[in-house]
Amino acid sequence: MSITIENLNKHFGAYKALDNINLEINSGELIALLGPSGRGKTSLLRIIGGLDVANSGKLLFQGEDVEQRDARERNVGFVFQHYALFRHMTVFENVAFGLRVKPKKQRPNEAEIKRRVHELLNLVQLDWLADRYPAQLSGGQRQRIALARALAVEPNILLLDEPFGALDAQVRKELRRWLRRLHDELHITSIFVTHDQEEALEVADRVVVMNKGRIEQVGTPDEVYANPATPFVYQFIGNVNLFHSREHAMWTKQHGDAVAYVRPHDIDISATPQDDTALPVEVKLVRAIGSVVRVEVAADGSGEFIEIELSRERFDATPLSGGDKVFIRPRQFRVFETGVKSELPAA
Amino acid sequence: MTTQQIAQLLIEGNPASPTPAFSVRCTGPWTVQGIGPLEQQLETQIWPAATDLIIDASDISALDTTGAWLLHRTVRALEQLGKNIRIDGLRPEFSILLNLIATRTAHAKYLPPPKAGVLDRIGRRAWNRMGYLFNMLAFAGEAAVVLLRSLMRPHRLRWRPILHNLQTSGVEAMPITGLLSFLMGVVIAYQGADQLQRFGANIFIVDLVGLAMLRELSPLLTAIIIAGRSGSAYAAQIGTMKITEEIDALRTVGVGPHELLVLPKMLALIIALPLLTVFADVAGIFGGMVMASSRLDVSFDVFLNRLGDAVSLSSFLVGIVKAPVFAAIIALTGCYQGFQVSDSTDSVGRQTTVSVVQSIFVVILADALFSIVFNWLNL
Repeated sequence: MSITIENLNKHFGAYKALDNINLEINSGELIALLGPSGRGKTSLLRIIGGLDVANSGKLLFQGEDVEQRDARERNVGFVFQHYALFRHMTVFENVAFGLRVKPKKQRPNEAEIKRRVHELLNLVQLDWLADRYPAQLSGGQRQRIALARALAVEPNILLLDEPFGALDAQVRKELRRWLRRLHDELHITSIFVTHDQEEALEVADRVVVMNKGRIEQVGTPDEVYANPATPFVYQFIGNVNLFHSREHAMWTKQHGDAVAYVRPHDIDISATPQDDTALPVEVKLVRAIGSVVRVEVAADGSGEFIEIELSRERFDATPLSGGDKVFIRPRQFRVFETGVKSELPAA
Repeated sequence: MTTQQIAQLLIEGNPASPTPAFSVRCTGPWTVQGIGPLEQQLETQIWPAATDLIIDASDISALDTTGAWLLHRTVRALEQLGKNIRIDGLRPEFSILLNLIATRTAHAKYLPPPKAGVLDRIGRRAWNRMGYLFNMLAFAGEAAVVLLRSLMRPHRLRWRPILHNLQTSGVEAMPITGLLSFLMGVVIAYQGADQLQRFGANIFIVDLVGLAMLRELSPLLTAIIIAGRSGSAYAAQIGTMKITEEIDALRTVGVGPHELLVLPKMLALIIALPLLTVFADVAGIFGGMVMASSRLDVSFDVFLNRLGDAVSLSSFLVGIVKAPVFAAIIALTGCYQGFQVSDSTDSVGRQTTVSVVQSIFVVILADALFSIVFNWLNL
């Protein structure tokens, strides 16, 4: 089911949680709402799910206005950050709940409910836990049960509010791959909220980057990473070095005030100047982190650090150590003029 | 570069020199006209990393309080980054202004907001209470609509939660209600005994205990016990469910929280409270009987014989009729306060307390209203 959002606004008093949001979500897509905490992502999700009401704007499901429809009439599945499983029910009853409370005409009979619940529990690979209570499960298991519960009513849209936020890194990684596979199987239009850029880039078909209640950029993970539309997106997705036009005019090639953004892995290091724009620097720190080696250098004379990432192979070919004098040059960068007030946190 | 027409701040330095020395040169008129762009520039300014900075202010051609404030603010911000700042070449009249700004700003910081006046506070309170009252009424109205809808279609009622609530707030409350009512009967008989004995009117202990317990005390006592016992539990349960997002989960699954949480509690309590009141009546009278036989020589037989004459059916009913109303008040207040819980866990405790205080308050208020109404009706 496709979702169209037009000029949506939501404010709490003077605080604008959502500022004129326009978004088109195609049927069967897996969308990530990405942004720092408290910047309107969850509000948007709750409005789509019918748990909150927007102050103005339109929300269409498959071209139909659903503003007047209650949460239960929208047929959405919602997965909450803290699972929100019913504590006094077994896992089986939790998943079956959505079916049992349906009006009598639509309610499947007991055998059918049993079949459906076990099917869903098998889907989330936790059928063996059917008789346990939520308190007896681990966080990852609870979240999968919550997902099964959300899927039980056969929703047209699946909404996930920071579904992996409360889990540890290992489980999170495993679960998001599993979520991706599950989505490929079921093809339900899904929206999930996250503040973890890695998660968004890995799982989603498209990423919606949000900041201060506004959409900064919408695009495939590759687009948002390789071609950020605004300085905010550049800084939020991936690490970045900033070079100011006043000091590094040879790169920015701008007369006015501008800042060049360079990814740590887009910088070349060499013992001899590559060309006349190369910047002489001194290596301050070398740290191997798994498959990459992070090198911190400082331009001569200034204490500003520049972060560079090299693959281990590259590093092994030309090893560096603290105190080495080398030259750096960006392979690729993006210039943003600073005349427009940027919304970056002070670097 | 003799007369600069705009305010500027330039960072100059010689990175090649062995001891990197930067100087920051301020030029132009630092006045309210045209200082805007400079302020924007300073907000995103990248400063040299050196710890010692010299600000060369000799080229500032004019300075007003706006400019002095900006300069002062910039210096303060840099000092907070751990840098040593020296301002060179500022004209003497300008440095007087800068010093003036510096002394004034230090005092102007972090003043507490002015205290609201008495009238102001009363007005605000009253306004807030009004809003609160309307919210409560809206909640009661919603519950009433849900109640009517389910009474019209009783087959859709959820009997399991109703029975469960009957068990927890009815049956399980019997021991404490019985014991307290018994003690209350004892106390009333004990207090009355002395007075009645003085006039030789021992037998009237039956009227005293019977009327006091049946008409007033046992409905009120039971309601207060239940408000403390069940009303608080409702608030805590719903509040916790709200924090763990279970209420939202219910709504997305397709169940209104009113239907599943409020209605069964309210119905169960409306059934349970009158029954508990009857039980309390019995226990209270029994307490009075025990006291009467031991202190006033009124035996159980005599007591029970007299009871039928002393207490009319209407007196008994007057007490029982109040109970369902009290039950609705307690259930609604408890549930309403539960829904008022915000995201923090400490608000569960706060709303639970509020629910108990409020439901007891409203129950006693309603009892007073009942007394007036029954008085009119000569009951």
